[in-house]
Amino acid sequence: MNVILAEGLSGLSGTVMALIASLALGVTSGLLGTYVVLRRESLFGDMLSHAVFPGVVGGFFVSGWMARMGWVESEKNPLVILSCALVAGVLGALVVTVLGYTTRLKQDARLGVVLSVFFAAGIAMFGFGQPAGVNGFLYGQTGAIDATDLVLVLGAAAIVVVSILIFHRPLLVVSFDDGFAHNLGYRVMGLTLMFSVLLTMAVVVAMQAVGVVLVSAMLITPAATAHLMTDRFPRMMMLSVLFTVGAGVIGTLISGTKEGLATGPVIALCATAIFVTAYLFAPRYGLVARFWHDRSQRKRIQRENILKDLYRVLEREGFPAEGASVSAFAAERRLDPGSAERELKMLEGAGDLIRGNGGEKLVLSEEGWGHASRVVRNHRLWELYLTNEAEYQADHVHDDAEIVEHLLGEEAIKRLEEELGFPETDPHGSPIPQPSSTPPQPTS
Amino acid sequence: MDYLAADFVYVPTKLLVWFGLACFFTALGCSQVGTFLVMRRMSLVGDAISHSVLPGIVIAFLILSKFGKASLDSPWLLIGAGLSGLLATVLIELIHYRSRIKQDAAIGISFTSLFALGVLLLGIYAKKVDLDPDCVIFGQVEYLQGYPRVEWLGMEFPRPLVSFAVVGVTATVIVAVLYRILLVTSFDPSLATSYRYFPALVQLVLMGLTSFVVVSAFQAVGAILVIALLILPGATAYLCANRLPMILLLAGVHALLSSVFGVLLALKLEINTGAAVVLAGGGLFTLAWLFGPVDGVVLRAWRRRAGEGMEPDAVPE
Repeated sequence: MNVILAEGLSGLSGTVMALIASLALGVTSGLLGTYVVLRRESLFGDMLSHAVFPGVVGGFFVSGWMARMGWVESEKNPLVILSCALVAGVLGALVVTVLGYTTRLKQDARLGVVLSVFFAAGIAMFGFGQPAGVNGFLYGQTGAIDATDLVLVLGAAAIVVVSILIFHRPLLVVSFDDGFAHNLGYRVMGLTLMFSVLLTMAVVVAMQAVGVVLVSAMLITPAATAHLMTDRFPRMMMLSVLFTVGAGVIGTLISGTKEGLATGPVIALCATAIFVTAYLFAPRYGLVARFWHDRSQRKRIQRENILKDLYRVLEREGFPAEGASVSAFAAERRLDPGSAERELKMLEGAGDLIRGNGGEKLVLSEEGWGHASRVVRNHRLWELYLTNEAEYQADHVHDDAEIVEHLLGEEAIKRLEEELGFPETDPHGSPIPQPSSTPPQPTS
Repeated sequence: MDYLAADFVYVPTKLLVWFGLACFFTALGCSQVGTFLVMRRMSLVGDAISHSVLPGIVIAFLILSKFGKASLDSPWLLIGAGLSGLLATVLIELIHYRSRIKQDAAIGISFTSLFALGVLLLGIYAKKVDLDPDCVIFGQVEYLQGYPRVEWLGMEFPRPLVSFAVVGVTATVIVAVLYRILLVTSFDPSLATSYRYFPALVQLVLMGLTSFVVVSAFQAVGAILVIALLILPGATAYLCANRLPMILLLAGVHALLSSVFGVLLALKLEINTGAAVVLAGGGLFTLAWLFGPVDGVVLRAWRRRAGEGMEPDAVPE
């Protein structure tokens, strides 16, 4: 079966094979990377990629020996190599776990110990002669992949995809909350073991593409990029696969353009480039988006505070029809005339304010009233809540109410009002306004 | 690894001593700094730094060769490496604190990017740079004899050995001088703050120190195995002792023993010296795991049977 597939594949050109390998790489690393990143086990993948190495070298020896005995046809039998790699990978994962149960060493030190000792064992095995194909795993070989390698890659990819399709839900539950998974009746140990096996396969595929060290680039970087783009798991998986395939294909093509551009590093750097783009420009979690969000948030809070103070001035003066004076406003905000003017300009720009009487009198527009009365209402309801329910002293509530009034939305305020029994005055005795677009009736 | 077989047909004792000393000094510096990495749960930051120094080395080498001074034992390589090691830690913090990406993923992203950059530069300028990609992976203790010699106390040593010794001893001295500060910041950050030790600054110093020892380790055992020299001594000592001075001492002993056994093992089995040193270190770790006086599996089984005391508090994370 292997041989037939290999013969069929060997008709393809080198570039096409490289692209198919990138696709398989994208699917396996992309899918499993999503779990790995969400489980916060990114460096577990790094450990596996090194721990698998002696298995790969051993696999070449075993395969060569079996070929000499006439049991297999090729000295580089993908099935044998993959099995040996799996044994080494699972053994590494097992040692990390057992070390965790029997020593005080933390996860990071355990991973470091297993990673380095296993990898050293792999290199030491070169003492018996360095198998010809091993360099492909050490440095990556997408550029020079052959049909046998492709069979290995495609086989591993198929197993990973099918397993994830079948066990998607249990794996997800185990990843997020293994106690909950246990209560649901899942076999947590079995699933964890299965995950290690699948991850080892993904690692073997990625090693062929980018080499031992850069496996992490394929497993982590695209999945982390996807994590910056979305909150939803299936979408994150799709994006992660997309980014990995993208990095693989673009990297393969770029490295083909010039002599000396090793494929593995170019693919890894493509993944990094995609990550940097998302880090800066992702719609919600990107640096730029968050900068703008913070900025507009700050602006909104400032505007609400100004409106609230203006409302207070108007309230104190009994909501005169001609409005409040600029000097009263500046006194309330404790500002010099220049800064007060700047704030008023801002309100005017936002359409909250109408200046009458040569700019001396301040009247709120319809929109301004709506806004101001809502903020004052929030503030007073919160003050009331903090005194009544959280048992603050009446003279301590102002500052905390100042913070929380900007944060919670309309729905929370409705609940709050209900909770408080639709009060009419705040702890200081001021009336709590209803949201309206017109000024309250003059009190006097 | 053909050169090994050829070289080891006859190995003069002098050469063997050189190899042993080179490994020991490298491992010594790494062990003292690495112990603190283990205690601070930062082992994998050490791993990240050990990969990230590559582009710094290559760029420093390229700049040096512009001036016709390129040599693998130039102190400028140390500076280049140190800078790119620090760059890695800065990138990790940038990704970790400025986005929703967790620290583990941030470590992975940073070190793979920098390592890929280094390998790529190495590939592009391979003809200009006398750096072999195999050296990067495997280290090159075996090439020691090819370097110019310096004479000291009537004996001659290859130049890289001198720089290994300087790095190893300097790192050990710095750790000894900063011992108290490192101790307090590692185990009681709030006390450290009240002493005005500036934990962030200490962290930066530790990272700088890590980059410093990593460079010589990088030359000796290769990029991938540096993590072993950093972590194995501290982890082994931690299984054998409870008090930090003892742990540091035992880590030094581990560095010595694994170098000696490693060089002998490499000679015996005709394998890569770096890998052999790590395997020897791994063997010592296994011994400590099984028979260690604090955490040893055998000891605890025996204690349990004897019904002495309580189960030690080894709870996995």
